[in-house]
Amino acid sequence: MSSTTPSQTTAADTLTVRVNGREVVVPRTMPEAVSGKAVPTTMIQACEAAGVTVPHYCYHPKLPVAGNCRMCLVEFGTPALGPDRQPLLNPDGSPVIRQSPRPAIACATPVSPGMEIYTDTDGVHAMRRAVMEFLLINHPLDCPICDQAGECKLQEYALDHGQAASGFDEVKVHKPKTVDLGPRILLDAERCILCSRCIRFTRDIARDDALGIINRGSYNTIAAYPGRQFDNNYTLNTADLCPVGALTSKDFRFRMRVWFLKESKSLCAGCGTGCNLLVGSRENRIHRFTPRQNDAVNSCWMCDEGRLNYRWVGRGDRLKSPLNRRSGATEWGTVLDETADLLRNASRGSVAVIGSARATCEELFLLKKLCQHLGARSDCVPREGEADGLLVSDDRNPNSHGARLTGVCFTEIGINLPYLANDIEAGKIRTLLVLGEDLTKPELELPTDLLGRLENLIVGDILPNPTVDQAHIVLPGCAHLEKRGTFINVNGRVQRFFKAVEPPGQAMPETGWLGGLLERLTGEAPARSAEALFNQLAEATPALKGLTWAALGDQGVTVEV
Amino acid sequence: MIVKRRKLSFFERLYLPALVAGLWVTVRHFFRRKVTMQYPEERWVVPPGYRGAPYLVRDQDGHTKCVSCQLCEFVCPPRAIRIVPPGPDAPPADRRNAEKMPREFEINMLRCIFCGFCEEVCPEEAIFLQQDYSLTGLARGEMVYDKEKLLALGGTHQDRHLKWTRKREEAAAQEAFPPATAG
Repeated sequence: MSSTTPSQTTAADTLTVRVNGREVVVPRTMPEAVSGKAVPTTMIQACEAAGVTVPHYCYHPKLPVAGNCRMCLVEFGTPALGPDRQPLLNPDGSPVIRQSPRPAIACATPVSPGMEIYTDTDGVHAMRRAVMEFLLINHPLDCPICDQAGECKLQEYALDHGQAASGFDEVKVHKPKTVDLGPRILLDAERCILCSRCIRFTRDIARDDALGIINRGSYNTIAAYPGRQFDNNYTLNTADLCPVGALTSKDFRFRMRVWFLKESKSLCAGCGTGCNLLVGSRENRIHRFTPRQNDAVNSCWMCDEGRLNYRWVGRGDRLKSPLNRRSGATEWGTVLDETADLLRNASRGSVAVIGSARATCEELFLLKKLCQHLGARSDCVPREGEADGLLVSDDRNPNSHGARLTGVCFTEIGINLPYLANDIEAGKIRTLLVLGEDLTKPELELPTDLLGRLENLIVGDILPNPTVDQAHIVLPGCAHLEKRGTFINVNGRVQRFFKAVEPPGQAMPETGWLGGLLERLTGEAPARSAEALFNQLAEATPALKGLTWAALGDQGVTVEV
Repeated sequence: MIVKRRKLSFFERLYLPALVAGLWVTVRHFFRRKVTMQYPEERWVVPPGYRGAPYLVRDQDGHTKCVSCQLCEFVCPPRAIRIVPPGPDAPPADRRNAEKMPREFEINMLRCIFCGFCEEVCPEEAIFLQQDYSLTGLARGEMVYDKEKLLALGGTHQDRHLKWTRKREEAAAQEAFPPATAG
C-alpha cells in the first residue's frame, strides 16, 4: 500500500506533454506567482521545463499573467478522441494528434495530457515576425540614446525574429518623451509596448496601485494616477521589468552603456533582508545595483533605498591611509606594530571592543578571537528601523545573526553598551577598539565626552566621522563591495558576496588588519582568505556545522539561528 | 634545407657587365618623370575613401551629431576612444529630441590604428575618418584629442537624413497628445 501510494499520487499530479517532439513531465498545477494558489501549468512553463525558451514580453514568472503582447504564440496539438471518448491510435500505437487550427499564447494556455507544443515551425516564426512588426510600428527606434539598449528584449527579438524593413508607410504616432512619473522613474511613452508588467508589479507585488494605461488605440500610454506620483519604495524594479526602454531609472540615466558594466555578485547591506544583487561597475566605479534572483530571499526585486545605496563607496573623503596620530606613522606595518604594542601593554580587563553587525562573519570571527586573546568585553551597535512587510526588515544591520553567532554581541544587540560606557567613565576601560561604528550618534545615548576619557581609541572605519576624528589610531577598511565575505540575514540565510571594485588608497579589508594584529599579538598568523576563515568559523560554530564557503553557492544556505 | 648554388658563368664572374647594367638603370631614370615629393612643403593629396584621422562632425544646422551611444568606444580595437556619457544631471544637449550628447569625447591618436570601425559602427554618422595622415605633437598629452578639437577639425557633414530634426517636426505636426479627436 505504502509503496503504491506515492506513484499513484505522482501520476495524478503530473502530466506528460511533448515540446518540439521531446517528451517532458510537468506538474499538473504550479503555484500562482503572487497568491501562491495552485493554478494549471501553462505551456510556457512546460516549454521552460523542456529547455525551450519561448520569446515573450508581458509574461514574467513572478507576475500575474496578462497575455497581451502575443509574442509567445505557439502552435499545438491535442490527442484526438474517438466517439467512445478514447484516444485514437495510429497503426504504430501512438496517439493521433489533432493540430489546433489556430495558435495559442503559451503564457496563458494550460497544458493537457498528451499535448504537443511546437515552437519552431514556419507558422510560429511567421507569427513572431508579424508581432515584432506590429510592436515596432510606433516604436521610435532611438536605440542610440536609449538606456535600455544592450539589455532590450525588443532589440534581442528583433535580431532573432524581426525583419529589416517595415511594411508600415504612415507617420509614426509620437507620444510624450521624458515624462516624470515619480522621483526615480522616467517614462518615454513612445518606446512603451504596453506589456503592463510595471502596472502588475506595482499593483500586485508593491501593493501600490499607482500606474495604469490611459487613452485609446495607438495613443495608449502608461500614466500615474492623476494628481499623484509613482513614488513607492519599489519603483525602480519597474525599470528592470520593463522589457524596453520606456521606464528608465533617473539615477542611471545616461550614466553608462550596460554592455560596459562588469557584473559582480553581491548583497545589499542596507538591512537584515540581504537582497541578492549584481553590482554593475566599470573601471573601478560603481554605476548601478540590479536585483539578482533568489527565491529564498528577495525573488527578483529589491527596494529603491537599497538600490541607490552605493554612492558613498566612491566618495572622495574615504579613509585611505592608516594613521597613528601620536607617532604620525602612516604605514600599515608601523601602525599595526604600534597598535599591537598598545594592546599588549594594556592591563587585562582594560580593553573593550565595539564591533559592528555590518561587518562580515569572517571579520567578526577574527574580532572575537582578538577579544578572547585580550580578555576584552565586546558588543555591537543596534540599528533599528521600520519594516514595510515586503523586503525592508526592521533590523537595519545586515549581519546581526553573524554578530550573535560569532559571540561578539549578545542576543540583544547593544545590551552591553551602557555597561561598557559606565566602565569607561569609571576609568576601568582605558583602551577601546571600534570597528566601523560611530559612537557619537545621538540615538545611542552615550555620554558625549565618553571617547575623550579613553587613553587609547583605535578605530577601523571607512568614512570619516566624529569617532574617527577622536581616534588615536585610524585603520581604513573596505566597503563590503570591495571585499569578499558572508552575511547571515534575519532568517538565518548565510550568503556570500564578492568583490566588485578595488578599495581606495591603502584601505585594506578588515580581515587583513585584524589578522595582522592577531599575528603580532599571538605570534600565529590566521588565515587570510574569506574562504578559509569562513570554513574555520563554520567548524567552530555549532549553528554553521558542516557548512563550507563552496557549499554556500550563489543562493546561500539557510541555517537554524 | 640545402640550397644548391648555380655555378656562375665566365661573364657573370667578370663583374663588369652587372655594374654597367646597374648604371643603366640609374641613367634611365634621369630621363623619366620625377616622382619625388618635396614633403612637407608639398603634400600628398589622398584619394577618396582614404582612412585618415577620425574626427567628429556637426550637421549643417551646427548640432553635434554624436549622441554618446558609445558603440565606437566598444568596437575600437586599440581602445583609443574614450567617452564620458552625460549622466543624469548633465546640461541639456544642444538639440532637442536627441536628449543625449557626450560630456567628453577623447581619441588618443597615438593608439588609433585608423581601421575605420568607429565610422562603420556609428549609427548617427557622427564620426568620419578624414584626410589627415600626418599627426604630430610635442607631448603625448597633445595627441589625445578632446571633443572641442575633434569637432573643430571634423567640420560639417551634409546630413541627408537629419533624423532627430525630422522626428521633432513629425511630433510637432501631430500637435497635441492625445489628439482631440481621439478622445
